[in-house]
Amino acid sequence: MATGRTPEMEEELERLTVAARGGDREAFDELVRRTYVDTYTLAVRLTANEEDAQDVVQDAYLRAWKGMGRFRGDAQFTTWLYRITANAASTLVQKRRRHRSEPLEMAGEPVELALEAQPEAATESALMMSRLSEAVAELPPKLRAVVVLKDVYGLSHEAIAEELGISVAAAKVRLHRGRKKLREILFEEEGRSAHAV
Amino acid sequence: MRCEDVAQLLPEAVDGSGPVDLTVQSHIESCLRCQAELARYRRMLRALQQLRTRYLEPSPTLLAQTLASLEEVGERQAVRSLLSGRRLAYAGAIGGAAVAAAAATTAVLLARSRRRASALRLAG
Repeated sequence: MATGRTPEMEEELERLTVAARGGDREAFDELVRRTYVDTYTLAVRLTANEEDAQDVVQDAYLRAWKGMGRFRGDAQFTTWLYRITANAASTLVQKRRRHRSEPLEMAGEPVELALEAQPEAATESALMMSRLSEAVAELPPKLRAVVVLKDVYGLSHEAIAEELGISVAAAKVRLHRGRKKLREILFEEEGRSAHAV
Repeated sequence: MRCEDVAQLLPEAVDGSGPVDLTVQSHIESCLRCQAELARYRRMLRALQQLRTRYLEPSPTLLAQTLASLEEVGERQAVRSLLSGRRLAYAGAIGGAAVAAAAATTAVLLARSRRRASALRLAG
């Protein structure tokens, strides 16, 4: 799964992770500086709300710092952080659902960083990617979480089930429904015209 | 096999995560409509994978807020460990004083019983 990081950047993250595991706060702060845009992007994709995403980011790093001693280092720090972020987002979305009667909406269109800074993202058309971002945000939260974690971030069904507090079978069912729903939203017009033929 | 049945299997078939038997495969190979549907799913999955590197721009204050909240937790932990260190020191001091008092009481009682015993011997 492409992350947009060079091998040198990955090596530096690894070095910082080892130092942070030993209790080095400065190293952990540096990890935050290097990964917070990535974490924020995942949080927005999961919550479909920029303000909630900011809360999720702060919560995720607090949990990560507190759990740094338990991080065994058998996975990459970023993968471990994705799982913590997924768990923090799931907690927040459930809490919000109990307190809000209206569906979660994007507070505004999130700003994507310049394309030239992300060359490998230029393969699909900008229009398609923009429609896809909107379509993902339109998915019901439970389906969206599984689609984002599996199809965008490449987490296993087992990891997703664990962080969302559901069974592996439920994670697979949600992925099936999520992909189907996403296909309907994305290709609605194409589908309609194909059926009309 | 009908296209509607095949359509139900495509969300898993697209990345091989679900079983696709030979009947389904041969239907897709001979059905343009199902081929087009599978192509849509493939395109969608490819685009989703690319979404991974489409970073969103956070608010300019997010980094500072996150580092500040970590700092706050670090300070709280430091105060807590300092307090628990002091508590340990107090407990140690109290425990030490109690042991010393008990030892002194035992020594006094022993001395008294020895004096009483020697007085009895002298009287006898």
